[in-house]
Amino acid sequence: MTVESWLKAATADAERLGLPELKSALESLARATTALRAADFNEHATGSSSRQSSVVSRQSAVGSPQSSDSSRRS
Amino acid sequence: MTIEEFGRRLRAGGITSAQATEECLTRIDADNPRLNAFILVMAEEARRHAHEADRELAAGRDRGPLHGVPVSLKDIVDVRGVPTTAASRVRDGHVAERDAPVVAHLRQAGAVIIGKTNLHEFAFGTTNEESAFGPARNPHDPSRSPGGSSGGSAASVAAGMALASIGTDTGGSIRIPAAACGIVGLKPSLGEVSTDGVVPLSRTMDHVGPLAQSVTDACLVYHALLGDAHAMPPVPMPLHGLRLAVPRKYFCDLLDDDVSARFEAALDRLRGAGVHVDEIAIQHAADVAPVYLHIVLADAAAYHASTLETMPDRYSPNVRTRLEMGRYLLAEDYVRALAGRDVLKREVDAALAQHDTLILPSLPIPAPPIGASSVPVGKTTEPVRNVMLRLTQPFNVTGHPAIAIPSGQTSTGLPTSVQLVGCRAQTDALLKVAVACEPHIMSAASPPRSGKVGG
Repeated sequence: MTVESWLKAATADAERLGLPELKSALESLARATTALRAADFNEHATGSSSRQSSVVSRQSAVGSPQSSDSSRRS
Repeated sequence: MTIEEFGRRLRAGGITSAQATEECLTRIDADNPRLNAFILVMAEEARRHAHEADRELAAGRDRGPLHGVPVSLKDIVDVRGVPTTAASRVRDGHVAERDAPVVAHLRQAGAVIIGKTNLHEFAFGTTNEESAFGPARNPHDPSRSPGGSSGGSAASVAAGMALASIGTDTGGSIRIPAAACGIVGLKPSLGEVSTDGVVPLSRTMDHVGPLAQSVTDACLVYHALLGDAHAMPPVPMPLHGLRLAVPRKYFCDLLDDDVSARFEAALDRLRGAGVHVDEIAIQHAADVAPVYLHIVLADAAAYHASTLETMPDRYSPNVRTRLEMGRYLLAEDYVRALAGRDVLKREVDAALAQHDTLILPSLPIPAPPIGASSVPVGKTTEPVRNVMLRLTQPFNVTGHPAIAIPSGQTSTGLPTSVQLVGCRAQTDALLKVAVACEPHIMSAASPPRSGKVGG
């Protein structure tokens, strides 16, 4: 699941449960998750690590989990 | 009065446990309304145990360095027959059926349990503001936080309401309040001290350890927690030949000016005393916050899932929000965090391979004002929680033992602190370095300890 789709689903669920105050917390968590996924210790099935792309991912990730996620998928 | 000083006077007939306990109780009566350090004062039980300790000593039974010592406990540790509130209304009606093993060990060592201290609800916060019993306050300035989550424990020792306290540390909850209150706080190596009978925050990162007035006292209490009641004070390592490492990148990037100045002054004094200080880098240090967050949120959510469903309104709003967040984490991200944890462990191990300890500040800022959500740090403004966890949480992730030692005070008279980090499973080796460095880390301008028990 991408961070973008995770955040969308989590936010919708929080609203369904009557916890709108969770929204900003989940957005903050999404930024942390984006940073975690961009860390260069992650391994991928291609045999590569995140090392090569981590700088680009982080720069785009911090302010916008969505853009980071899109870049990773491309 | 330190535990060491008390022990000397006790055995010389200059003080009794009953007198020391009564002085702590008097100070609690005087200062607890202002500081809110205690949730439960166990006055009658403490008096009874103190008299028993005096009778035992008179009869020739000496249980060791903690014999007759008044000690407080964070109210997250089970004591048979009294509630373990965890500072939460979720725990209403709870009464512990048995002592936690660490409490049993303290009793065997002769300690007198004087009461249970305030904390950030369920130990899930760094300021002690969110407590069902109201915020604990800093003895150096009651408008400020004592740090957290073991804030009441630190305040109780700094204000002389106990000679030492037992806290827990999942992201810095012993070292942060120790630093904010100007005392010593030890997080032992992961897994050394039992966490049974202690309300968990993260079962994979929780540590139990002492808050005390000196490194020697912390060592004596630490050994008592292990069941070693007759431990000797740590033997200082010779300063000449000692090799310390400063992980400057990340760990010194975001510091209050006074904290930075006190840290550099401590390094200068250590160098002047013959200590070799190198600079090293922990490559993935900047990744620690997301790694920590994904582990602690998942662990905490697992423990609280049932009560979040059945009694959500009994949590403080912010604590509830943090716990609810954990319920949305994906397993794949938890596994990524575990991978990051392994990387960080190896990097800290490598940094320590050629050094006796790491040395870094304990807390980037002085104690923050109660109610502040963000604080100025150098030229920026940072969220209080993030900045308070920044320098301590890495060693909960990695499990290395770490100790906070007072290093002086800011221009406004608030304590500052330096942290030493040792090799995994070598807490005693860390304590030998710490006791040697302590007089050099503490500047002549260190703030006076508030505690005056026993004069």
